[in-house]
Amino acid sequence: MWEALIKIGLLIFVIMTAVAYFVLLERKVAAWVQDRKGPNRVGLPLTKIRLFGMGQPLADGVKMVLKEEYIPGHVDKALYVLAPISILASALATFAVIPFGSIWPTADGYIDFVVAPGFDAGLIYVFALSGIAVYGVILGGWASNNKYSFLGGLRSSAQLIAYEIPLSLGILGIVLTAGSLRLDTVIAQQAETGMWNAFVQPLGFVVFLVAATAEAARLPFDLPEAEQELIGGFHTEYSGMKLVMYASAEFLHMITAAFLIVILFLGGWHFWGITGSGTEITWVTALLRVLVLFAKICLVVFGFMMVRWTLPRFRFDQLMALAWKVMLPLGMVNLVLVAAMVEYFNNAVAEKPLMVFLVMTGLMLVSIVVTAVLAPLGSRNERSPVGDLPT
Amino acid sequence: MKPDDPDILWVDEPKLGLAGKLYLPLIAQGLTTTTKHLFGKKVTVSYPDSEPEIANPLIYRGVHRLNRDEQGRVKCVACFLCATACPAHCIDIIGTESPWEDREKYPESFTIDELRCIYCGMCEEACPVDAIELTSLYNLTGRSREEMVFDKEKLLSVFDQTKDAEPMKSQTVANSLADTTPPKGGAS
Repeated sequence: MWEALIKIGLLIFVIMTAVAYFVLLERKVAAWVQDRKGPNRVGLPLTKIRLFGMGQPLADGVKMVLKEEYIPGHVDKALYVLAPISILASALATFAVIPFGSIWPTADGYIDFVVAPGFDAGLIYVFALSGIAVYGVILGGWASNNKYSFLGGLRSSAQLIAYEIPLSLGILGIVLTAGSLRLDTVIAQQAETGMWNAFVQPLGFVVFLVAATAEAARLPFDLPEAEQELIGGFHTEYSGMKLVMYASAEFLHMITAAFLIVILFLGGWHFWGITGSGTEITWVTALLRVLVLFAKICLVVFGFMMVRWTLPRFRFDQLMALAWKVMLPLGMVNLVLVAAMVEYFNNAVAEKPLMVFLVMTGLMLVSIVVTAVLAPLGSRNERSPVGDLPT
Repeated sequence: MKPDDPDILWVDEPKLGLAGKLYLPLIAQGLTTTTKHLFGKKVTVSYPDSEPEIANPLIYRGVHRLNRDEQGRVKCVACFLCATACPAHCIDIIGTESPWEDREKYPESFTIDELRCIYCGMCEEACPVDAIELTSLYNLTGRSREEMVFDKEKLLSVFDQTKDAEPMKSQTVANSLADTTPPKGGAS
């Protein structure tokens, strides 16, 4: 009981601080990519120490908290208030089953670095909660009684539902090889063989990476918000603390996506040579595992931010084409490949890891080329047949 | 306009090659570009800590000044061309008979409302005797509106303050034409 409460408190504190600093990192990365310096003035309060702008999240937080809680007159008040609460609550609740380390050895046994240890339906729980997150967006868009918000909500629902499928297909491969829905089992299995799932099923990794980016509504899939088109989309009518709730839920989704990518495909806390693989560990190894996991998370989040400034936003038809014509078939192919491997070459990963990697990468390239030729992502701005347009 | 109008020039999209269809090479290409910029030289000037470098003071449009001639008199002949050209109507001149032999009029009062000014440089263009010029002073501040209405003495003092760093543009251009070398910047 106390153990769980301490873990929850610690986790929420760390995660919310991480969100605040990821917002700063996002602004910094944005600035660097655009040849600017980014926020670097706010340091320790009441001093002249600047600390590279590390005080910025605190200043932002104080500003947002002190803002007036304004509810526009034309909104559906109950839903308007409920929407950000539901999205933030579901985003936070996801972390109940996500391991943020391995285990900590104590005198009598060990402490699991997860709020709800031994929860067998971990992955399903994560998916259920990410499904609830859609409600926050749709409710917010609907309750705002604003056309832009509503369009953002609609786009979001279509997008999230479409990308749930490739996301699940990417995970099914993992579930097949690990034989479990528990996230710690998935990590343990990768640590045991030393072959991260990204090497065993690269196709699944690509599908999952794209789908997770879309689920977190990060660019190039940020159509629900699309500042340039929808003035912020579903949160156009929100301000103050409610906007903060939306914004932090968004970053939480990104962190969740990063956690899932790292845990499912990039070996979780495992790193060759320094973290060991079993449960017989010292506190040094336990600490190393936590650090490795967080370093990986930060790298993936940084990758998300770089992609944001690299790729332009998809058009909605391209988004849907990518989900249904490219990602769904690729996910199916991955599932079949992994199923065949598990059925016929069950020990291949342990015995011939290099072989598995090469064969799987080759098959991935082949299937990507085939999909690219059959369902190219290009825009189809072809000339309409004459007389077809309204004149 | 109808779709079959002969004036419409239809430009078909270029066909995507295999790399374009694959999309992944393009992502790699884009990431290379962003990564280069990530570590590239930053263009931000941390203003109060470091001052921006004015590339060419000859064309920079900062605070105005009223030039003096060789004898230290105000060059302006109160012709009102600048006030007429000014789109913001921020120049106010009261002309009167000149005490000197070589010109008929001179400005008894010459005020520019620096807050109304849009720093377009039209006054400088209009001036027939190169009396009004825009300097490269950019950090113009004041504590009241009255303080920001520059009178003749203030404008002449701006000239005294900047004449060494920025000689009169008519002279600079004449010199540079004589040397047949392009004017050099960095004199701020």
